Amino acid sequence: MSGEFEVLKEAFRQEASELLSELEASLLELEKAPGDGEAVSSVFRVFHSLKGSGATCGFDEVSRFTHHIETAYDLVRNGKMRVDKTLIDLTLRAGDLLHDMIDARQSVSTEAKGRGAEILSEFRALMSGADVAQGPPAKGGWEEVGMLRADSGKRQITYRIRLRPSPRIFADGTNPISLMNELRRLGECRIVAQSEKIPFLEEIDPEQCYTRWDVVLTTDRDVNAIRDVFIFIEDQCELKIETIDDGTTSQEETDYRKLGEILVEKKDLSEEELGKVLRDTQSLGRKSLGEILVEEGLVAPLTVEAALVEQEHVRELRERRLREEVISSLRVSSEKLDRLVNLVGELVTVQARLTQSAADRDDPGLVSIAEEVERLTADLRDNTMSIRLLPLGTTFSKFKRLVRDLSLKLGKEVELLTEGGETELDKTVIEKLNDPLVHLIRNAIDHGIEPPEIRERAGKPRKATVRLSAVHSGSQVLIQVRDDGVGVDAELVRTKAVENGLISQDSALSEKDLLALILAPGFTTAGNVTSVSGRGVGMDVVKKAVDRLRGTIEISSRKGEGTTVTLVLPLTLAIIDGLLVRIGAEYFVLPLSAVEECVELTRRDKENAHGRQVTNVRGQIVPYVRLRDHFTIGGHPPDIEQIVIVRNDHGRAGFVVDTVIGEHQTVIKSLGRVFKDIEGISGATILGSGNVALIVDIAKLLKIAEYEEASCQEGR
Amino acid sequence: MAQGKPHGGTMKTIMTVDDSASVRMMVNFTLSQLGFDIVEAVDGKDALKKLSGRSIHMLITDVNMPELDGIGLVKKIRENPSYRFIPIIVLTTESQEEKKKEGKLAGATGWIVKPFKPEQLIAVVRKVLS
Repeated sequence: MSGEFEVLKEAFRQEASELLSELEASLLELEKAPGDGEAVSSVFRVFHSLKGSGATCGFDEVSRFTHHIETAYDLVRNGKMRVDKTLIDLTLRAGDLLHDMIDARQSVSTEAKGRGAEILSEFRALMSGADVAQGPPAKGGWEEVGMLRADSGKRQITYRIRLRPSPRIFADGTNPISLMNELRRLGECRIVAQSEKIPFLEEIDPEQCYTRWDVVLTTDRDVNAIRDVFIFIEDQCELKIETIDDGTTSQEETDYRKLGEILVEKKDLSEEELGKVLRDTQSLGRKSLGEILVEEGLVAPLTVEAALVEQEHVRELRERRLREEVISSLRVSSEKLDRLVNLVGELVTVQARLTQSAADRDDPGLVSIAEEVERLTADLRDNTMSIRLLPLGTTFSKFKRLVRDLSLKLGKEVELLTEGGETELDKTVIEKLNDPLVHLIRNAIDHGIEPPEIRERAGKPRKATVRLSAVHSGSQVLIQVRDDGVGVDAELVRTKAVENGLISQDSALSEKDLLALILAPGFTTAGNVTSVSGRGVGMDVVKKAVDRLRGTIEISSRKGEGTTVTLVLPLTLAIIDGLLVRIGAEYFVLPLSAVEECVELTRRDKENAHGRQVTNVRGQIVPYVRLRDHFTIGGHPPDIEQIVIVRNDHGRAGFVVDTVIGEHQTVIKSLGRVFKDIEGISGATILGSGNVALIVDIAKLLKIAEYEEASCQEGR
Repeated sequence: MAQGKPHGGTMKTIMTVDDSASVRMMVNFTLSQLGFDIVEAVDGKDALKKLSGRSIHMLITDVNMPELDGIGLVKKIRENPSYRFIPIIVLTTESQEEKKKEGKLAGATGWIVKPFKPEQLIAVVRKVLS
């Protein structure tokens, strides 16, 4: 029983930490726009959920604490309390305390209790002064962050259909009711018959149709299917079909248009009339807009009814969609996922052995089974990897708080803009990205961005921006931190680098190479060491972390205009598509994502190059590295060798190998602690034959080769 | 033959008018399966004869027929107060696009383009006969 309870508690911790990051995001939204009803609702909901599930899961302190704050936000929601900086700061502090309370494995500490009491008494003080009604009442609005979502079925579109048949419609045997029934068969349908034109009994002509119809229809059929319903009477009616919900509305927008807006859109009411009524209403008291419009004789009661039906239909639809989206996702512990990935890794290895063994035996039946297993394993692998992908959004939103706090502390005005929060990356990569990104953002704000007065003098806006963006590029993800600050002075970097003995006085380096020096350990150009950064431990930490993720860093900067740091990261860390090659008896794997093509290297080619390690690929000169020499593998190369051409940051380069064996699903195994510092090798993998193949770190190896060549030339 | 009671209790009668026996048979077969009572007529004249004194709920007629064609039949039927509001469907062919309009002007409710499949017939009957 106690075990089950622990599981429950853990689930609550996970849920709570998601809720708290949502809270932070909403609070920062709210700070920007204090009248934002949706943000208020979202904050309220966080405390409401924490209170409810906290009590259920044995976090009584959390439940009690959140109860009071929920009350406060209820007042805000009902317009009885004002949103201001004090409230937001206080709520943020409450959020921090809740983090601590939830993380605490034992009971809540006395210190935390003290902090809690303090925060609550400040809330009480705020609430006691809360009598000034302000702002519009908050609307509904639910937000789920970081949920995995699955597509469910065909897209349902909602149409607004208005049918006004000609009065003579009955004369040829048409019965509009059966047309309405046909509409009903297309999907979920609400019909309001408009009868305002029906005259008094003594004036009525029973052979005339006086009624018109307003219909809201949600269907997966297209607009032509709706037109087909009315095909026999298309010349005898006014038919208007409009799309009012395309089935893709994002989750935040469960709310639909207001009554007045619908009526104006349907041209049942003019904008001027609506405006006038709305102005008068404020003094009229507690009547609904619909009632007033009918009383004023502006709109018929059934017309109001039709608009209300439409409003209700769309709202219900959107809420249901939101619920379905939430239900269609599933929470699984990350350990289970890690285990699944490991198992798939093992399976891939075994499958390689099966393929090998089938080929050795030359048994067509077995080969075809092995091929089928190979295909299935590849699918399984891709699927498993995609489960581990998470959107970067949650990580991004955490930084809003960081930027806010930092800029306050340093007296700078900074806004963080994020793009591509929906970009997905392996969970492990995301976790390891946090620290490097914190460093980069700190650096940008501390070193990059100028104080507001200086910015103004330089003709820039007072408020600086830090842009954080993510985008997919093949099997990689590019993450950029860009600021519009002072930029990096390449010459200053040179001077500092010479001072620090990183380069010699006369070394000729391009601007790009100079900027790359920032990444060297111990390098800083910041004049003063602040508590935030400037100790020269920032950028090389970033570099190390990114290296560990098998990624690269690029820096570009313009003096006076800002700096951009780009992290190029692989999508996943566990299994990659590789190109298997052999040199002598040794096997190597090159990551396939970098490989462009393979060409032959004959003895003649070597002679033509006059001893230089370059080859001509369709008119382009491409330098190459002989892996046999680099890894000092003995024996003689074959007469015709193979060059694997790869693309890196600087252009194309080749690796010379004996034989190219082919594509290989590569389960990456680390080399262990003893070999972890070997440069040019990023890991190993086990082949079907049981042999070990080393995985080549292309970028590193090319750098080493460049360096060796440079030192060779210097030595000459 | 199993005959249900469609549409609220009373069995409804549909008349099919066509000089082609196979079309009549197809209409008869398809619609009687849905529980309709079917009356057949070979042309407009035959149809008018069989209509007198009988209550029908819907009529499906071919356009080209030897004695009184479909358009003429529609006009005649609409003159009779008892049949002013019953749904009438005319059967046209691809090459007789203008007949749809002519039929509508004469007072037909809709049309079906020949050749047609049973499900198209059912869809149209559903559309006009509530």
